[in-house]
Parts: sequence; structure tokens; C-alpha cells
Amino acid sequence: MLDILSGALVLFGAAFSLVAAVGVLRMPDLYVRMHAASKAGTLGLGSLLIAVAVHSGDTAVVTRALVAIFFLMLTAPIGAHLLARAAYVSGVPCWSGTRIDELAGRYKLNEPGVEGVDSPEPPEPPPALADAARSEG
Amino acid sequence: MIANGFDGSFLDWSIQIGTFTLLIGVIVVFIRIVRGPSLADRALALDVMLNLGIGLIVLTAIRTAYYAYLDVAIALVLVGFLATTAFARFIIYRRVSREADDA
Repeated sequence: MLDILSGALVLFGAAFSLVAAVGVLRMPDLYVRMHAASKAGTLGLGSLLIAVAVHSGDTAVVTRALVAIFFLMLTAPIGAHLLARAAYVSGVPCWSGTRIDELAGRYKLNEPGVEGVDSPEPPEPPPALADAARSEG
Repeated sequence: MIANGFDGSFLDWSIQIGTFTLLIGVIVVFIRIVRGPSLADRALALDVMLNLGIGLIVLTAIRTAYYAYLDVAIALVLVGFLATTAFARFIIYRRVSREADDA
């Protein structure tokens, strides 16, 4: 009975991993591709790891499978967010069908010194401080 | 090892089908790595390909009942996160022109 459950989880997880792969190939845009890859990929690999846990029935193996799932669910969103932000800042275009781009105009694209990145020159002081320095000097 | 009877044969069958499915996924993702168009697309596709590889390792762990493969899976998950982070930092620091990305 546990073997049947484990086999069903294997089929489920492999199917969702294939969905993630096809989504990475077929979606029109980096950001939409990332949507397919991170969610479906996490679900697929998590199902495969649960299949190992069900198949073994050993406490040590179950613990290790749960730790692997924990790390997967901890790192996948962070990695996707980092990569999406880096791609947006470096000017990867959105799909032509994009309706809402709430970050439009917030970053100076294709230039060094983007917000959040170490800029080679120190930022300009706010106007009040600059006026005070000018009047003193 | 895999038991005899219907249960074991179903598990055996599903592992074979699952391995084949994951291999198709690796091929599909490889097409995206070749086509690009940007470096971030390739980094994302490489991440997905690593996930598929971890899935193959996990299936091997079930098939051979040699559960030390799970430690390899844990380590590969963390290494994949490290690779994605490094790619993101590289992309964000590099001065990008979209033409240069095509190379």
C-alpha cells in the first residue's frame, strides 16, 4: 500500500517537474518563466522527496527528506526574487502583453549605481545640506 | 529493494515513467538554455535543470534503497541556491547592453 502511494507521488512529482520545464520553454517572458519554474519546480521536487520518505518509513530518512523540502522551500523564492530583480535592473524587457509594471521609472535602467547596488561615487547630499555647505564655504 | 507483487511492480513502473519524464524535461530546458535570449534566462533554465537532476537522484534513491543519495540532494539544493545568487549578483553588477547579451 505504501508502495502504491510512493509510486503515485513519484508520478505526480515527475509530471509537475515536466510542467516546470515546459513552462520555462514556452512562456513569453523571463518573469513569466520564473513564475512557472519556481512554483511548479518546487512542488514537483517536493513530491519526489515525500515519495522517498513514504517509501523508506525510516525516521532518519524521513527527517532528511523533510530537511531537504525545508531548504528547497526556503531557497527557491529567495533565488527567484534575486534573479528577477537583477534581470529587471539590468534591463531585461517585459513581454509586450504586460499590463501593469509597477516598477516602471523606479530604477535607472542600464546604468551603474542603481539603488541597492554599491555605486562607484557617493550619492549627492540632499538639497538642504548642499545649500548649508555652499553658504558656509 | 523493491518488493514483489502488484505494489512493487507499480512502484517500479512509476519510477521508470518518472525517470523518462524527467529526462524529457531536461531536454526541454536545454532548448531554453541554447535559445537564451538573456543571461538571466539561461541562469533560470540552469536552475530548473539542476532541480530536474535532483529529481533523478531522488528517484535513484528510491530505486536502489540507498538513502545516502538524500544527502547529495540536500547539498545540491543549497549549491543551486548559491549558484542562483552568484548569477544574480553577476548580472546586477555587469553593465548590460542587450546586444551583448546575445553573444
